[in-house]
Amino acid sequence: MSVLTPARTSGRTVSAQENFSAWANRHRKWLFAAPAMIFVGVLIIFPLAWTLYLSLTDSQGSVRAASDFVGFENYATVLTDTERFWPAVGRTLSFTLVALGCEIILGMGIALLLWRPFRGEKWVRVAILLPLVATPVAVGMMWRLIFDPNIGFANQLLGLVGIPPQPWLSGQDSALPTTIFMDVWQWTPMVVLILLAGLTALSDEPDEAARMDGANAFQRFFYVTLPLMMPTVIAAILLRGIDALKTFDILYATKGKGGGSFHEVETLNVYAYGLSFDYNQYGLSSAVLILFFMIIIGSMWLLTMRKKAVSK
Amino acid sequence: MTLLTEPQAPARQRPQMARRRKPLRSRAYKTFRVVALIAVVLFLIAPLFWMLLASFKTNVDIYDAGKSFLFTPTGENYANVLQRNNYFVFILNSFWVAFVSTALSLVLGVPAAYAMSRFTMHRSALVVLMARVIPGVSLLVPWYYVFSNLKMVGGFEVLILSHMFVALPLIVYIMMSYFDSLPLELEESAQVDGLTPIGAFRRITLPLSVAGMATAGILSFIFSWNNFMFALVLSGSKTKTLPVAIFDFVSYASIDWGGLMAAATVVTIPIMIIALFTQKYIVSGMTAGATKG
Repeated sequence: MSVLTPARTSGRTVSAQENFSAWANRHRKWLFAAPAMIFVGVLIIFPLAWTLYLSLTDSQGSVRAASDFVGFENYATVLTDTERFWPAVGRTLSFTLVALGCEIILGMGIALLLWRPFRGEKWVRVAILLPLVATPVAVGMMWRLIFDPNIGFANQLLGLVGIPPQPWLSGQDSALPTTIFMDVWQWTPMVVLILLAGLTALSDEPDEAARMDGANAFQRFFYVTLPLMMPTVIAAILLRGIDALKTFDILYATKGKGGGSFHEVETLNVYAYGLSFDYNQYGLSSAVLILFFMIIIGSMWLLTMRKKAVSK
Repeated sequence: MTLLTEPQAPARQRPQMARRRKPLRSRAYKTFRVVALIAVVLFLIAPLFWMLLASFKTNVDIYDAGKSFLFTPTGENYANVLQRNNYFVFILNSFWVAFVSTALSLVLGVPAAYAMSRFTMHRSALVVLMARVIPGVSLLVPWYYVFSNLKMVGGFEVLILSHMFVALPLIVYIMMSYFDSLPLELEESAQVDGLTPIGAFRRITLPLSVAGMATAGILSFIFSWNNFMFALVLSGSKTKTLPVAIFDFVSYASIDWGGLMAAATVVTIPIMIIALFTQKYIVSGMTAGATKG
């Protein structure tokens, strides 16, 4: 190979530059990968270690203030806290599960509608794209106006069909479902795109074979298409689920600090953010965050296992 | 779901014949499909349209249900937002932060994704992808502490660093699946022709990856533009980005709805225009790696 390299044949002495080039080529694997890994590593590992440390101290007020090592006291406080922590866990899980469930079902339906080409497809695709890229905080503000109990369009619409006005975001029980609705509006398009990519990649043959055997449309969907789509569905759940668990922007934008005055939409992320930056309870918030992180990792691990199982 | 009753394969090959022979059930499905698609489009577009309408209304008109669709449009909200509230500055801030963090993340991320794809460094990739999973708040407390000690909070550097943290995993993820799909043979033959491995990467692989990099870059720009939490904590009065600026809008006692909707429109319009022109890249980026199984 070296015979073919012009640089090598032109000069007899090996210059420093060539030396470096040879060295770089030999070590290109780490030369390429290391900068990004160091960047992410420094920005993650050090803060994570710090969070772990803070969760074992009574740090509050200012991170700079002296704090004592309290062992697992924060975890005990958090895990026995039925007023804020456990309701927040419940809200996080119900927000994620309900939103995700709606998004997957609606997303599958819409993806099936879009599966085969049709006239005007371009316009539907544009409509699907717009919510997806819209700034979540701005989306939150938009829904605040639409769901305003007095002047909002939602209640005007209900009025047309004779349903009394609803409190939506300002109701103690309706606030969380309303934010779930917003999440579904914004992120169903992403599920549609993922599932549609999966559908398009499917081969027609299994479906054809089932048709030959006389299976009707429902049978073909549930016994042929859906099982073949399972890996893609789980991939969509994984991608969307992580983000749904961590939802913050629309909750904070619509209900503000503490998830509203009754903590109606206070999920773990909103709770941890409030503890850290509104109340400066660093020790407690770190314990919440570590537990939150474990929930996320745990659910991801479960899903990845499941995905491996269905891919086989 | 009766969609599957359509005679699909023949329909694509011989549309004329298939249309003539289409059974009644399929025609019913066709109608259903059109209605359903219109409903979907309305559901997705109507709220945005409402926001746009309200941004051209005076606050008096917003409170008047009779003027939902018929009103005299006014540009006053936009004039207020852009002049009085300095939104031009925030637009520039958002743009600058998104642009620089995307550019730097591409410089770091593309070679990393290449190495991780070619040498199947799955565990290393996992380290980078962890950044997508970890809750942002747990990073913000230590970051805030360190960067405020360094007197960097409120500067562009910190904001850009934090946004790179969002952009980099995204870029690595998308580019890895892009490089995975790029045939090895091209690089190998380039090396046989005398290029060094790095030379082959620079002259063969990179030029072939422009589409992938566009995808990764556009998506990371959008994510950075939309990012709220990091900017909420780490930006200062001089570096405030649009999502934070819009959030500050409602901290006053009574909400100026017209102004708020104008501000929300100002935030979303640029990103939507970018999205419209780069549609196919966004779609391929959003679905990257999801269908590999």
